[in-house]
Amino acid sequence: MGSITLKNVSKTFGEAKVIPSIDLEINNGEFVVFVGPSGCGKSTLLRLIAGLEDVSGGHIMIDGKDVTDAAPAERGLAMVFQSYALYPHMSVRKNIAFPLKMAKMDQAQIDKKVGDAARILNLTDYLERRPGQLSGGQRQRVAIGRAIVREPSAFLFDEPLSNLDAALRGTMRLEISDLHHQLKTTMIYVTHDQIEAMTMADKIVVLNRGNIEQVGSPLELYKTPRNLFVAGFIGSPKMNFLEGEYAKSKGAKTAGVRPEHIGLSKDSGLWSGTVTVAEHLGADTFLHLDVDGIGPITARAGGEFGASYGDKVFLTPDDSKLHRFDDKGLAIKA
Amino acid sequence: MARKVTTGARIGWTIAAWVVALLIFFPILYALITSFKTEQEAIAGFSLIPSGTFENYITVEEQRDYFTPFMNSVILSVGSTILALIVALPAAWAMAFAPTKRTKDILMWMLSTKMMPSVAVLLPIFIIFRNLGLLDTRIGLTVMLMLINLPIVVWMLYTYFREIPGEILEAARMDGAGIWQEIVYVLAPMGVPGIASTLLLNVILAWNEAFWTIQLTTTNAAPLTAFIASFSSPQGLFWAKLSAASTMAIAPILILGWFSQKQLVRGLTFGAVK
Ligand SMILES: Nc1ncnc2c1ncn2[C@@H]1O[C@H](COP(=O)(O)OP(=O)(O)OP(=O)(O)O)[C@@H](O)[C@H]1O
Ligand SMILES: [Mg+2]
Repeated sequence: MGSITLKNVSKTFGEAKVIPSIDLEINNGEFVVFVGPSGCGKSTLLRLIAGLEDVSGGHIMIDGKDVTDAAPAERGLAMVFQSYALYPHMSVRKNIAFPLKMAKMDQAQIDKKVGDAARILNLTDYLERRPGQLSGGQRQRVAIGRAIVREPSAFLFDEPLSNLDAALRGTMRLEISDLHHQLKTTMIYVTHDQIEAMTMADKIVVLNRGNIEQVGSPLELYKTPRNLFVAGFIGSPKMNFLEGEYAKSKGAKTAGVRPEHIGLSKDSGLWSGTVTVAEHLGADTFLHLDVDGIGPITARAGGEFGASYGDKVFLTPDDSKLHRFDDKGLAIKA
Repeated sequence: MARKVTTGARIGWTIAAWVVALLIFFPILYALITSFKTEQEAIAGFSLIPSGTFENYITVEEQRDYFTPFMNSVILSVGSTILALIVALPAAWAMAFAPTKRTKDILMWMLSTKMMPSVAVLLPIFIIFRNLGLLDTRIGLTVMLMLINLPIVVWMLYTYFREIPGEILEAARMDGAGIWQEIVYVLAPMGVPGIASTLLLNVILAWNEAFWTIQLTTTNAAPLTAFIASFSSPQGLFWAKLSAASTMAIAPILILGWFSQKQLVRGLTFGAVK
């Protein structure tokens, strides 16, 4: 079991109020991702849940039990740190076995569990090595191994993939998702990479300056962002925000159009613009344009779109996918 | 860091390094050479070629007892180091892992006591020692040496402990380690190299300490520093014998240093070089 509830949780460091007040419900078995810009309090929130920081106010409950004042080990959670935080003087085997040894499990059982974890994570051949003799991806797997042997009620990950290269990040993303399907244990995952957030999460929590901006499934956040911040943060490339005449004509202070919701043509369209940068990725083409009477716009075409710097291109936004925001930055319901 | 170095530059640097090393080592080398000269040769002027006599060593051995000051040196340096460690470990620990606003100030204040000239407190210390009956006792001197080197030991241990990443300790806490298990399984093994080089350095510092050991002892507790000093006084100056006595006094620590140099270098450059 691993349901986690935050009630009115706040945190101040000295004078700085890093988290004003947060309420959050995490259901058993969910994969929850915290996203937000750097310094918004993601790690702090995770550490509060882990018990590595004391809350300044509010309550944390795990499976209905108030653990606000419980020590980290008593909460039954396992954490994977960004720096991996492996014990450098112990072999991989001893690293993975450490939490079991602390729990005074008998040796035969420890050996079995470490063996199982190593098999799941492809670490069997490396059990006798020290962390210093492993690659980044292998270290990451050891850190995960050390977390799974404990059979925690929830896993906490703090940007576990940010030290890996892009290719390895892609593989490890799949491995962690796969692990979640196998174990069906609650996972809380902190990242500022929105691709990780979109692909892995059951539920995304968007944080900004210690406040929750919106909670929802990846597609909910993509389709119905509650405000400008979420609209700009979720989706890549970023949503285009248009003000002035066009927005006014749609009855909004700001109109939001995602790059993928703009039709491109070389012959005709609602707007005309000049290409400033063209990014040809093969599968997609991203065009950065200077649109007459509107300003800079980013548009995406599926497949190859043959346009380059200086070319004239016509654009037509898909009105049915338009996002409208009022002067407070909140979304206007259709 | 891989950097291209031309052969010429490499040779240049090697020569420069040797010159500096020889300059630093020269006084010791010259003492060693002089100890194999006759007294006439020793005062005759600069010369690097001794006649190779062992006479000085024999005379020193006959005139004075080497064993007692040697044992005193061992007891004082090892004893004061162990004492210092007992006091400094918890202190450095607390400062590294539970720092407060004043931790830095306390460290600076401790270190600043090392900047004060020892003579300034000679009289009060002497009187305290006399009144407590600690003059010329091993216990008194062990405590004295411990106090003298304590700031350095605390400072070094603090620096080592600071190098241990906090996340590793947090990981141990998440893994269910209590404070003692955290110390035994994580901190101690990671701290041992640092503690070892601190120990070594302190033994060397204590072994070579000459001011207090000479001021506060006469015979019973006198270590090798006092043994050397005794050769420069009553019967006039005997350079060759003085050199022989010095060589005998520094030989043990030199050998210790030689065999532990890897540990020492690692210790002294810890943090600066990763
Ligand atoms: N121990 C601390 N003392 C004082 N301020 C802190 C402390 N830890 C974090 N903060 C502050 O709290 C804020 C949130 O930090 P946090 O590490 O939670 O951000 P984050 O969202 O994880 O950012 P990043 O994506 O860069 O990791 C930051 O402004 C940071 O400076
Ligand atoms: Mg962070």
